[in-house]
Amino acid sequence: MMITTDRVELCAAADVDEGDILKIDDVPGFTAPLAVVHSGGTYYCIDDTCSHQDASLSDGWVDEGCVECPLHESRFDLCSGKPDIPPAREPIRTYPVEVVDGIVYLRREEQ
Amino acid sequence: MTAAASGGSIVIVGASLAGLRAAEALRAADYKGSITVVGDESHLPYDRPPLSKEILLGSSSLVDIELISAADREALRVEWLLGEPATGLVAGGVGVGDRVVPADGVVIATGARARSLPFCGLGGVHTMRTLDDAVALREDLVAGCSVVIIGAGFIGTEIASAAVSLGCHVSIVEPDPAPLSAKIGPTAATKLMDLIASHGVVVRAGHGVGGVDGKEQVKAVVLDDGSRLNADVVVVGVGAIPNIEWLHGSGIELDNGVLTDEWGRTSLPNVVAAGDVACFKQGNTHRRVEHWTNARDMPAVAARTLLADLYGQPPTDPHDNPPYFWSQQFGLRLQLVGRIDPDLDLEIVDGSLDDGDFVAVQHHRDLISAVIGWNSPRSFLKWRRRSGTELRAAASLGSEQSAVRPSLSVLPRP
Repeated sequence: MMITTDRVELCAAADVDEGDILKIDDVPGFTAPLAVVHSGGTYYCIDDTCSHQDASLSDGWVDEGCVECPLHESRFDLCSGKPDIPPAREPIRTYPVEVVDGIVYLRREEQ
Repeated sequence: MTAAASGGSIVIVGASLAGLRAAEALRAADYKGSITVVGDESHLPYDRPPLSKEILLGSSSLVDIELISAADREALRVEWLLGEPATGLVAGGVGVGDRVVPADGVVIATGARARSLPFCGLGGVHTMRTLDDAVALREDLVAGCSVVIIGAGFIGTEIASAAVSLGCHVSIVEPDPAPLSAKIGPTAATKLMDLIASHGVVVRAGHGVGGVDGKEQVKAVVLDDGSRLNADVVVVGVGAIPNIEWLHGSGIELDNGVLTDEWGRTSLPNVVAAGDVACFKQGNTHRRVEHWTNARDMPAVAARTLLADLYGQPPTDPHDNPPYFWSQQFGLRLQLVGRIDPDLDLEIVDGSLDDGDFVAVQHHRDLISAVIGWNSPRSFLKWRRRSGTELRAAASLGSEQSAVRPSLSVLPRP
């Protein structure tokens, strides 16, 4: 079985300070914007749009492995994408990333 | 072994956000006994904020606003008694219809209902609280019709926004000098009034309502200066009344809601209250808060406290969140945490009041007591998170600011 790994450049690691979150528009293969989060020394990639309403999570607050929606306080886990409290009920999608030579990549694995 | 320790039974009266959140908190605290949720509406818990927005616009349906999925309902293991109101607290349980549902503990989460005016029975006159209300109003909001909204609070202004989008001619009557001025202060309220007027809405601020014309179907609203506003549809948005009548005679202390301490405990043992119906202790006063976030957050505290009482343990954290609300209307995202003192100026910390979007704060005894955001979610959230401790302390400071600011001069004059 062949596993091909495809990666897409998102941003420079230096573009996202610790505790910050950056919106990434027009990622090839995605119709909606994504967001890169830098929290606890680790980079994460998530959907930028809240699962509840049309809010941009890159306007949100990064804290303790979560990002809080700027409108209604639901906090999404950066690993699982699950919200902690309503009004959001559905998880956001999260994506594997890797940082190579100072560039943050989204990793797409296809079998 | 107590009933609670052996499993027990808890009855939650109220099947909206607060009742559901109480049930979820009981299960999250590993409560394994039975939970019965009693609700007077026939619907399973649904979210109310979309009623004045997406439901009116037709962009959401009941399925979209259900607060709990079928799978989560199964995991929650709750018996739902819907479509029948509770009739009282009785020895050993809660009266529902002609029977008693046994209870070791009770959570009161009966919420509030829309305040009505004497002419609310006329055709074309609406209030807005339930899904059924929203569906009925939506049927009447046809393009080209004249809509008069009485009361420029959250409900009134958001419905005005939806009605304009649907092509209606909209007027708002409000006794205060500007929409929401008691909540957001005169400066932001004036800016809001300009925004609403810029969308073609006629804002008759500073006016009460004298009455309406029409025998079976409303034809016009008559203001206190004698002027008339023609109306095919009238929406009465003049506040809400806590649903406490069913508790009369139950021996529980009531005063503008069910009186509770900081943990949601009422004057009766093993009976807690939460959400819109609860008038809870905060600092040296009692407050009833009708914000959605209060109905989300207070039930978890009350439910955990109920379990602690049933198990003979001390309660954990009290309910001391500063009030937080948002509103979406006319393309504006308005956010406010804490309490605005209408007599104090806003201190702009980001943006500009005159030209566009802004974030502003107020101080109370050197603490940040309120943060308001106008189309500035990112900056607002930073200020809210950085000021969290101060906002919490200011909220508990008590009430040199008035705790309850009635705004009912909209009632018809005799």
